[in-house]
Amino acid sequence: MPLWQIDIYPADGQIDREATRTAEEIAELGLGDQISVAFARSFLIQGDFVLAEANRLAETLLCDAVTERSVVAIAGQDSLNEPPGTQTTLVNVLPKPGVMDPVAASTIGAAQDAGFDVHAVRTLRKYWLGELDESSLDPICRRALSNDAIEQVVVGPLEMDQLDIGSPYSFELVTVPIRDLDDDGLAQLSREGQLYLTLVEMQTIRAHFVSLGRDPTDIELESVAQTWSEHCSHKTLAGRIHYRGPGLNDASVLDERQFDNMLKETIFAATQSIRKSLGDDDWCVSVFKDNAGVVTFDDDYHACFKVETHNHPSALEPYGGANTGIGGVIRDPMGTGMGAKPVCNTNVFCFAPPETDVESLPPGVLHPRRVMKGVVAGVRDYGNRMGIPTVNGAVYFDRRYLGNPLVYCGNVGMIPVGMEEKEVKPDDLIVAIGGRTGRDGIHGATFSSAELTSESESLSGGAVQIGNAITEKMVLDVLLQARDRGLYNALTDCGAGGFSSAVGEMGEEVGAEVWLDKAPLKYDGLNYTEIWISEAQERMVLSVPADSWDELRELCESEGVEAAVLGRFAPTGRLQLTYHGKVVGDIAMSFLHDGRPPVIRDAVYSPSPVEPLDVPELTAEENRESLLAVMGSLNVASKEWVIRQYDHEVQGGSVVKPLVGPQCDGPGDAAVIRPRMESHRGLVISCGMNPHYGDFDTYHMAASAIDEAMRNAVAVGADPSRIAILDNFCWGYTDRAETLGSLVRAAIACQDIAITLGTPFISGKDSLNNEFSFHNADGQRETISIPPSLLISAMGQIDDVSKAVTMDAKTAGNIVFLVGTTKDELGGSHLALVREWTGGDVPSVDSILAKETFLRIHEAIQNRWIRSCHDLSEGGLAVAAAEMAMAGGLGMKLDISKATTSGLNSTQFLFSESNTRFLVETVPANAGEFEGLLNSVGVPVCRLGTIEEDNQLVVTAADGVVMQVALTDAKAAWKKPLDWS
Amino acid sequence: MTSPRVLILRAPGTNCDEETAFAFERAGATAERVHVNRLIENPALKDRYQILCLPGGFSYGDDIAAGRILATRLRQHLAEMVNAFVHGNGDRLVLGICNGMQVLMRLGVLTEGVGQQDTTPATLTWNNHGRFEDRWVHLAVDQTPCVFLQGVERMYLPMAHAEGKFVAADEATLGLLREQGRLAIRYAEGDQGDVQNEILPFPHNPNGADANVAGVCDASGRVFGLMPHPERHVDATQHPCWTRRSEQPEYGDGMVMFQNAVKWFA
Repeated sequence: MPLWQIDIYPADGQIDREATRTAEEIAELGLGDQISVAFARSFLIQGDFVLAEANRLAETLLCDAVTERSVVAIAGQDSLNEPPGTQTTLVNVLPKPGVMDPVAASTIGAAQDAGFDVHAVRTLRKYWLGELDESSLDPICRRALSNDAIEQVVVGPLEMDQLDIGSPYSFELVTVPIRDLDDDGLAQLSREGQLYLTLVEMQTIRAHFVSLGRDPTDIELESVAQTWSEHCSHKTLAGRIHYRGPGLNDASVLDERQFDNMLKETIFAATQSIRKSLGDDDWCVSVFKDNAGVVTFDDDYHACFKVETHNHPSALEPYGGANTGIGGVIRDPMGTGMGAKPVCNTNVFCFAPPETDVESLPPGVLHPRRVMKGVVAGVRDYGNRMGIPTVNGAVYFDRRYLGNPLVYCGNVGMIPVGMEEKEVKPDDLIVAIGGRTGRDGIHGATFSSAELTSESESLSGGAVQIGNAITEKMVLDVLLQARDRGLYNALTDCGAGGFSSAVGEMGEEVGAEVWLDKAPLKYDGLNYTEIWISEAQERMVLSVPADSWDELRELCESEGVEAAVLGRFAPTGRLQLTYHGKVVGDIAMSFLHDGRPPVIRDAVYSPSPVEPLDVPELTAEENRESLLAVMGSLNVASKEWVIRQYDHEVQGGSVVKPLVGPQCDGPGDAAVIRPRMESHRGLVISCGMNPHYGDFDTYHMAASAIDEAMRNAVAVGADPSRIAILDNFCWGYTDRAETLGSLVRAAIACQDIAITLGTPFISGKDSLNNEFSFHNADGQRETISIPPSLLISAMGQIDDVSKAVTMDAKTAGNIVFLVGTTKDELGGSHLALVREWTGGDVPSVDSILAKETFLRIHEAIQNRWIRSCHDLSEGGLAVAAAEMAMAGGLGMKLDISKATTSGLNSTQFLFSESNTRFLVETVPANAGEFEGLLNSVGVPVCRLGTIEEDNQLVVTAADGVVMQVALTDAKAAWKKPLDWS
Repeated sequence: MTSPRVLILRAPGTNCDEETAFAFERAGATAERVHVNRLIENPALKDRYQILCLPGGFSYGDDIAAGRILATRLRQHLAEMVNAFVHGNGDRLVLGICNGMQVLMRLGVLTEGVGQQDTTPATLTWNNHGRFEDRWVHLAVDQTPCVFLQGVERMYLPMAHAEGKFVAADEATLGLLREQGRLAIRYAEGDQGDVQNEILPFPHNPNGADANVAGVCDASGRVFGLMPHPERHVDATQHPCWTRRSEQPEYGDGMVMFQNAVKWFA
């Protein structure tokens, strides 16, 4: 059967965008300045037809008649190898066989639908490169044009004559002689089999099978490894930990704690205590047990929220890693209770600085600029296609994220009241719906527990995938209909560990028998274990009563969604796996879920001694320069380039957008959405994080992150008594007592602050061992560990969205207040960062005062006294004032002489990053009421000045002007670093 | 007033169907979201509706090109339905929003009647900067027969697309469409901007479209496609600067399009 190739080039006179983008990328990566590029997107199409048909296929389906032209020929023919211009070097980039190729899948369907006899399709990208020296071709191919985790490169003419992949699989049962292995053998098996289990765990498995008098099959061993993986069981943080650290109030007193389950006794415990104190007013519905945390919203709906990380895959393949990261977390609310409808996404990223010198990159590391572009594109393409607005996020930069970028993806869903619980019934059918199973993502769950090395790329490339958002959207469309028709009793998503985890979890109480040969496969050749642990995307597992199966099948068929019965939840208490009738695995659920030996760890926290930081009083000019430097620093700089690539308004619920103000470019504090178009009740989504503070004290870092998430939410109008928060710990190698100690200390802070604020944690997730090891130029092994990175995500509520407030200054003549206490807390501040100062006190949180402050700000917003409100964070008062004024296209005049009587000099006062502070604008008529309210309850408030018509931020103190900046300069500095084309 | 029935066409990847249905309902229509497979199984379903609306989204992933696969499917299986709405007795309306406009362009129904036989008069291609963009745009309405835009001079709506740059095959085609008032709505320079034919700079014209075209209608004005999203501006609080206003209007700017559609049947 002929293999046709159809190359599609821009027509004469049209912009060759992909070529321009590629040339820029080559230049940015320092691989060549003046390389000219021409580009074609191309299709390899195996089908039984002649040239005229192939031409018709190109014209009617693949090529745009106005803006494109095509070259059609049998693959390998000369006409395909004729350069379109002066460029002579041809580089073909193809997805590796088996890698998800959504365009190819759609093309087959569309071509067949239009009557073409098409059997197989693969897409490829053709790059024609102009004059370049021989030595730069390879790095350009590897670094700029392709990613060998998922793609293959063919330089020169493509010689191919068929596309078929996969070959028939012949069954062979594999057993692993674990009973004969000594400890060295067990360690080797764990490593080489990519099980990533500890020796004690391997010994436990050996003992179990010794007691059974047989060796495990490979699939049994894999099932145990998946279930016991850090990713699936959170064994370290939910494990036994002996913690020692300095006392919180008196550092000379030892704080020693013994946890049986650290998370349960800190973060969960805080939630339990809050729920208990709320009594009948408890608004938590389902916390820390389902795929997402659930709270009440209104009479008809609950809201749920989950944030996940997808760090390791994103390090190797940024686009695919982020793509499947957002795809995966969307399935969490979809798989919560009986299924929630996703209403918004959040995304927080941590990267190394994009200007990192290419020459300084360790082997195996992608350039951070490429990582960032890939991650943003991955989230964009999945979130936008799902029709879920991406409404909130943040991007942080630190060199230590070089080998381990962090990608946090969140999703909020709405679930009808009464649908929040699920229960697998004995003898229900196990039904898989959605994408087919392939060799994708094998060992993702266990791999995520491993430390990355420069060899990870070759060892674990299989763990990297590309998503297909439309498949997931189709699943969502039928799932909500099936839910409302009551066609299933329970469901969960297929995430890490694939069917193994999903079925293993769902069948924990009942038992399950699985007929592995029934799983629909993408291609032939998968063995039974691969089917079981594949992490192929876009799959959900449902527990379906036998008499509902026909209706469910018809519903799925009606919208083109594949559904298959994989087995049944047999009430045996065992996990029984068969392949074409032959038993390949048979394990007691009790061993799988309760057999893992507890992880016992020591945790020690010893903060580095506090070095004093005496911030000098800078001149007005130095203050101005500092402000511009902070505003132009990567963490503070405008993220507009990222934000505009996300659809943040689909579903129509947008109330406060990520960019606010008359120019739609001010940095909003939090997003407000109406999840139900017909109602005025809103959800508020925000986040808080500051990895820099963790270098000083992880307790204060965690407390500050909670405070930041809270004040962001409160600033736009969220009711502080109805904010739920989520924790996501991304840390280094927690087998080291010191690293684990810094995490435990952060968890203790979470417990303390949550209880005082009455703000419950409802869900969380951790990602440990984020370290990257490589051999440097001298042959020495070097390890880069990420800074402690705790993300706090908040979901608040607002009774009437028409009361929401934005941060842009509104009207000249209005009064500006500073709420909260400013202290000499410049340790880890952005002023210190840009002036390269070390030491100092990191901001702490007075959580009792914080609670009162949040309540009163909310009260004032409810009274409609506040015209604009902005939280103070990186860069303190100076940055907040500049952002507020420039977002409103106005100016601001502030007098800090009264406020600095506390002993701070003007520079300290302007740039301190003390927590729980807001800048508030009121009309003059409300100023007295506002001030009076805060004074009456002891919340510090200071009338600082006024909004001005001009474009200047002018700050005076007793001695005159201490800072003056033209806001056009501030805005330019703030927009510059990430204003990418 | 009689309440027209709206067929909101759903396909894999359609994702603005619910809010579009909401906007029509709020304007007094009865909207039903119907999967394209249902219509292929039972083409007679079309007779129940007076308005065909193709909402936004990424039909079939926008794989190959935006709107291409759904357009191919409609041409293959539902040509009669498309014809009934576009031509028929001239008593029905068709609205394509964003991905819906992309589908209508691929079908050729918006540019019908201009250009040479067997050529494509115009297309929608990638934004000049080559990526997806979510941004509010000022729009000015030309002298036009477009039913949806009667009485409208200007609108402020969000766009959210990657492939929305209108490109005509040649100047003659562009001129012909313009003379017939079919380049109905254009990106404009600010809230007082007028219809201009010279291409405005980014971000006023966010994608580099010829003649700043944001939406195109057929010769009768009953069939209309536009890239910006009127259904995302039917409420006051959807406006990006609503918190700056001292008083809020009852509706957002986009609502009038749905009201005009309903009024046409009155």
